[in-house]
Amino acid sequence: MTTASTVVNDAAYSVTDVRHTYGTGTHALQDVSIELPRGSVTSLIGPSGCGKSTLLNILSGLLRPSEGHVEIFGRELDGPPVEVSHMFQKATLLPWRTVLENVLLPLELRDGKKAARKQKSKARELLKMVGIADFEAGYPHQLSGGMAQRAAICRMLVTEPQILLLDEPFGALDELTRERMDTELLRIVRDTGATAVLVTHSIPESVFLSDVVYAMSARPGRITRAIEVDLPHPRGEHTLADPRYLELINTVRQALDEGYRRGAHT
Amino acid sequence: MVLTRSQPTQARTRRRPTEGRRGLLARMPSWAPVLISIAVFLAAWQLLVTFGGISQLVLPSPLSVAEQVVIVTQQLFVGGFLAGQLWITVQEILLGFVLAVVVGVIVGIVVGLTSFGRRGIMPLFVLLDATPKIAFAPVFIAWFGFGIASKFLMAAFMSIFPIIVSTAQGVAAVEPDELKLFQSMKASRWDIFWKLRVHRALPYLFTGLKIAVVACLTGAVAAEFIGGGIGFGEQVRVAAARIALDRVFALIFFLSLLGLALFMSVAWLEKRLTFWNVRS
Ligand SMILES: Nc1ncnc2c1ncn2[C@@H]1O[C@H](COP(=O)(O)OP(=O)(O)OP(=O)(O)O)[C@@H](O)[C@H]1O
Ligand SMILES: [Mg+2]
Repeated sequence: MTTASTVVNDAAYSVTDVRHTYGTGTHALQDVSIELPRGSVTSLIGPSGCGKSTLLNILSGLLRPSEGHVEIFGRELDGPPVEVSHMFQKATLLPWRTVLENVLLPLELRDGKKAARKQKSKARELLKMVGIADFEAGYPHQLSGGMAQRAAICRMLVTEPQILLLDEPFGALDELTRERMDTELLRIVRDTGATAVLVTHSIPESVFLSDVVYAMSARPGRITRAIEVDLPHPRGEHTLADPRYLELINTVRQALDEGYRRGAHT
Repeated sequence: MVLTRSQPTQARTRRRPTEGRRGLLARMPSWAPVLISIAVFLAAWQLLVTFGGISQLVLPSPLSVAEQVVIVTQQLFVGGFLAGQLWITVQEILLGFVLAVVVGVIVGIVVGLTSFGRRGIMPLFVLLDATPKIAFAPVFIAWFGFGIASKFLMAAFMSIFPIIVSTAQGVAAVEPDELKLFQSMKASRWDIFWKLRVHRALPYLFTGLKIAVVACLTGAVAAEFIGGGIGFGEQVRVAAARIALDRVFALIFFLSLLGLALFMSVAWLEKRLTFWNVRS
């Protein structure tokens, strides 16, 4: 414990030479090496099927990469670590539980049913924050796709994880709700000092949220460019009007375009 | 033209467009069509017996069966011999069903959760389920005697295979995304079982239970036919031996009611426990 904390290591994740080929022979990831500082927000952006979810699954310890290794807070990653909370591309709410019970599930698994019940107010607060407080007693099949995603976000946040892995968290939301969710998410991440890795298809969202945007090429996924986002914090509606913001959006777009063409040639 | 005039426009627009024209059938209450077919069936049967020259000894008319139903009902309400025989059959079914559920679910879980069970044992149970199990009724009489034991064990034997097979399928049928979710939350195997697999298994289990509960009744009655001289099945056999077919039909009517009640109880429980299982 003490030795780990005395080691000067500011990286939440350090990923070295990771490649992954699925059992089916699909070569999903190639030569991925990235370092994610503690408290940073990182976006992965790239064409569909380029291995973004695969990389996230590797970071969450659910998937062992075929080659290379991953360290989390300086220790070798081996199975899902306690610090991490993973939000999947699909909301995956359990249909037999109410929305509130779904949000409490991670607490229930970690601390038991009794302890989870005591945290109801916290779960309710989160539901209120994402605007679905009225549905806490409802069941998942009564929710729209976007509402289910928001419930899944609450479920991820309820344990106050140090690392958040988000796979297209706001994919099913309208533009304005998405912007509001982005702002809230960023606030929470910065307030708690959490580290976040986010997969998105929205270039503006990636710029708005991140410290670094990684652009990936088509399969096998490679990181083609890292774009540092030097927009000041706190970010909000005013950021959207910042000329630098628009400039960065353009940069990311170009990077993606390059990666896309390079992928198409190989 | 005629249609538009006979149906006010407000009412038309309120309906969903896919519904199209609403015929007579669509306007009836939901239970009406089945009542109509039953009535037509009974009328045809009555006509066949009355005018078709079929002897009542061969095929009793619905009216004479109805008469017997009234008589049997009276005998049951008086609570004498016949009610006692019915009670024996009910006991056999309940004992057999509870035994089959307890043993079947446990065996199903073990089979479904182990890869040897799924590959090595499951096919055997599927095979056994496909055999005409009723043919084992004499064996059960030979093994367990003429009392109630051979009957409820036969009932359990008849109903246990669908329970085992559906439970095994159910506990193995976890959604990969949900399993991934639980793994990412570091859930224990215990939690994965109780908070995930059990829920996903319930719809399968109930499919099996609904088959099983009917098979259970069949098993009990079949064993009563074979030997022992007890139960409602024995009353059917005795009446048939006397060629009192109207009474046979009336007794079968009561056995059907019993089967229906059992089936409905299971279906009711299913609705309560798997209300979330809505297909979108
Ligand atoms: N479990 C799996 N088994 C075999 N191949 C897989 C598996 N999961 C993903 N793949 C393949 O690996 C590649 C990368 O998939 P991945 O889900 O990581 O893409 P993605 O970048 O997240 O795409 P999207 O943006 O559409 O979500 C795809 O070609 C996919 O077919
Ligand atoms: Mg994906």
